[in-house]
Amino acid sequence: MSKLGTLGARLHRGEIGYDFVGKRKIWYGISILITITAILGLTVRGLNMGIEFQGGAVFTTERTSVSVTQAETYAEEASGHDAIVQKLGNGGLRIQVAGIDTAQSDQINEQLAKDLKIDADKINAELVGPSWGDQVANKAWQGLAIFMVLVVIYLAIAFEWRMALAALVALIHDITITVGIYALVGFEVTPGTVIGLLTILGYSLYDTVVVFDSLKEQTKDITKQTRYTYSEVADRSINGTLVRSINTTVVALLPVGGLLFIGGGVLGAGMLNDISLSLFVGLAAGAYSSIFIATPLVADLKEREPQMKALRKRVLAKRAQAAAKGDSLEPQAVGEAYDDEPEDAAPAVVGPRNQPASRTRGRGRPSGKRR
Amino acid sequence: MAAPKKGRSASAQSRPGRSLALILIAIAALTGGMFYSGHPTPRLGIDLAGGTSITLEAKNEPGQPNAINKTNMDTAVDIMNRRVNGLGVSEAEVQTQGDKNIIVNIPKGTNSKQAREQVGTTAKLYFRPVLTTEVSGAAATASPSPSASDSASGKPTDKASPSASSSATPSATATSQGRAVTDALKADTTPSAGSSASASSSASAGASADASPSPSGSADDDTAKLQAEYTALDCTNREARAKAGEGARPTDPTVACGQNSSGQWQKYILGPAEVSGTDIKKAAAVYDTQSAAGWKVTMDFTSGGAKKFASITGKLAQNQSPQNQFAIVLDGEVVSDPYVSQALTGGNAEISGSFSQTEAQDLANMLKYGALPLTFTEASVTTVTAALGGEQLQAGLIAGAIGLALVVIYLVVYYRGLSLIAVASLLVSAGLTYVLMSLLGPTIGFALNLPAVCGAIVAIGITADSFIVYFERIRDEIREGRSLRPAVERAWPRARRTILVSDFVSFLAAAVLFIVTVGKVQGFAFTLGLTTLLDVVVVFFFTKPLMTILARKKFFASGHSWSGLDPKRLGAKPPLRRTRRASAPVDTKEA
Repeated sequence: MSKLGTLGARLHRGEIGYDFVGKRKIWYGISILITITAILGLTVRGLNMGIEFQGGAVFTTERTSVSVTQAETYAEEASGHDAIVQKLGNGGLRIQVAGIDTAQSDQINEQLAKDLKIDADKINAELVGPSWGDQVANKAWQGLAIFMVLVVIYLAIAFEWRMALAALVALIHDITITVGIYALVGFEVTPGTVIGLLTILGYSLYDTVVVFDSLKEQTKDITKQTRYTYSEVADRSINGTLVRSINTTVVALLPVGGLLFIGGGVLGAGMLNDISLSLFVGLAAGAYSSIFIATPLVADLKEREPQMKALRKRVLAKRAQAAAKGDSLEPQAVGEAYDDEPEDAAPAVVGPRNQPASRTRGRGRPSGKRR
Repeated sequence: MAAPKKGRSASAQSRPGRSLALILIAIAALTGGMFYSGHPTPRLGIDLAGGTSITLEAKNEPGQPNAINKTNMDTAVDIMNRRVNGLGVSEAEVQTQGDKNIIVNIPKGTNSKQAREQVGTTAKLYFRPVLTTEVSGAAATASPSPSASDSASGKPTDKASPSASSSATPSATATSQGRAVTDALKADTTPSAGSSASASSSASAGASADASPSPSGSADDDTAKLQAEYTALDCTNREARAKAGEGARPTDPTVACGQNSSGQWQKYILGPAEVSGTDIKKAAAVYDTQSAAGWKVTMDFTSGGAKKFASITGKLAQNQSPQNQFAIVLDGEVVSDPYVSQALTGGNAEISGSFSQTEAQDLANMLKYGALPLTFTEASVTTVTAALGGEQLQAGLIAGAIGLALVVIYLVVYYRGLSLIAVASLLVSAGLTYVLMSLLGPTIGFALNLPAVCGAIVAIGITADSFIVYFERIRDEIREGRSLRPAVERAWPRARRTILVSDFVSFLAAAVLFIVTVGKVQGFAFTLGLTTLLDVVVVFFFTKPLMTILARKKFFASGHSWSGLDPKRLGAKPPLRRTRRASAPVDTKEA
């Protein structure tokens, strides 16, 4: 284990840590850059909408020796429309013809069967009207909107509105990135993609909620101490859950990666591939945003609160005082009184500043038999 | 979900065996139920089992903004169901999805093309002149209809026409097909003097049970064939009824069945279609306030339809019963056979009879939309052979296996001994998912489609996350210097809250998707929601108790280096909790 295991321990103790909140501006900048790129890509290149959104037919054949270009010619001759032909993992072909209707599809199917010398029954025809994909997408947007409203309400009740807002921003951020990558790379958008995108919603928030949960716990009695500002505690809670975040993301990405590998690598195009691709992109974006965007954003919003401002002032004042004295307080304080024992420790912190909590408590008790 | 009460985790701690036994019994019972019910595998969706899936989308008609409502959708489903299953198609499913879609799933091994025609085409409604009719089946030899008078009209082509007088109360056949057949058709305007027969007087039609019809027209081969078909036709037989007139072109005479007012089946020989359903511009059920005769159905024809209608009614009106009747044929079945009393030239007409309001409205609806109260377009038709579906399923399962294996390897490497618990929990979760999916097939019609398989695979990650949250909490407690048993108990309430909160969000997403979306997305959302719920159950009743039990074992409690809970490796503080640790400086930067 154990490099990661020790890393976990050191993160837990606060020996090491990345200053997520302190460097938030960098990450905000990166995210804004990505978002702008995504929006540009979306407006300039647009999305490569699949056949489900244009209407048309998809024919899937079994193993055949006919080449892709040859099949393309056949399909275009048979239909009189442009055709997209892909080779599938099993040696079969996937032929997409846009803009044809039910009646034509049977005809084309038969013609194709003749051209490709395959039994007509062995060709799968999937016929979709242009409204089908749109409808799926419309429903998806509708679902997205309802879900966002509900989840914001829930988070505002379970946590607070700042966290709800930050989670929402992170969610929109994830969707934008995913959609942007689709626009830039030119992956085809199918209902499968939409399904994958919708799953990201739950997952991205899941991740964010776990970090927020820890943050909420750690900042429960924050105003009763003067060692850390809110941002610092937020930073520590990100670092504290970092191992979990990494583990969770890895564990989530592994099956999706398997799906992507099998769906895309072996089978060629298809529903499996569409879903797993958008999941993969979205999951990665979701893990990133819950660490680098959502929590720093909460800290930012929190720091605007008067009491947090006051806390920051107090903390800074104490530090200045300590610095003047030349007494380095920080090292001992870490993990000692406040963080490790939030439940017992919080009240104890109020004691004299450079007296560790334990001593205070020890002194207050009869020496010797404590229990 | 059965979350232990706050602060009551002590009880779970003291009797972890009980929870374990409970969940194992539940699994055993569910598995037993699965085999008992005879569905040991999940029902496969159309995309995996093969077959045809047709999505029909209701179209808004101009001027009918509210036509797409639940009632009409349900009627449409009902009609389509009868159409598809009338084919002898077994296990075909017709269901509404969302508020304006109807999904028709036809499993493989059936004539999907035919089924598609049956379902997809909205209106196959024709007006055909009646050449011959009689009561069909056993009832034919018995008294045809109580109210039918025996006034034989003496026509050479005299047929059994047990249509009762218009005063007879049509039986309230609520079905949309098989309508009362004794309706009088007359002009919207008052009958002109030139009409050959008055509406009411000719109502008493001949009812001789003579079963030797000879349709008019030259006795060529076609007629003979038609005659033979007609003689053989037994309308009381459902299959025969469905086959009657099958494939008949509108331009050819045909045989057909229909139900009369007393619910008896009648068979007909019908002439070529003269007017088709598309010639009708409008049809409505109206209450006749003037004569207080009750409900009637009015029709408006298009200009072309009006001409055709005028010509056919002109011809029919001069005939004797039953040849003064024409049949309104819908999908090969006679839904109404009003007689004609005069040529109707006005482009509109009405059918009167003793309709109830519902009957009149049903008939009007049928005239307007063909069979369906709404017009539908095929939004998507998917034909999948089992080969492709099987392949995708196989690939999905392989992907799931690979994903699971990778997750297990990762967990073993990272969590060592703890991974035993994680893997056992994953297996329990997977088993429960499988059993429930199998059970839900016959009970609520759940079918495992490809997106659902994806959902299940994604759920591996969600399920594993709960263990990770809990394990990390335990490790944190151990780092605090606690020994394992208190660590396990102290970590639980916090981990529990995190798991519940995040699973709730996940479940919310699944629930919203399930309610809002249609088709494939729904299956995916359902699986996601199901596995999220199972995750909670497994973590509460399996993982936690198992952890409690294992915490008592020496291997774990002593912090064996392979247990994944070795305090040294975890960097726990020395057991004396309050000693000060010399640790590296940290967090000196200002945020």
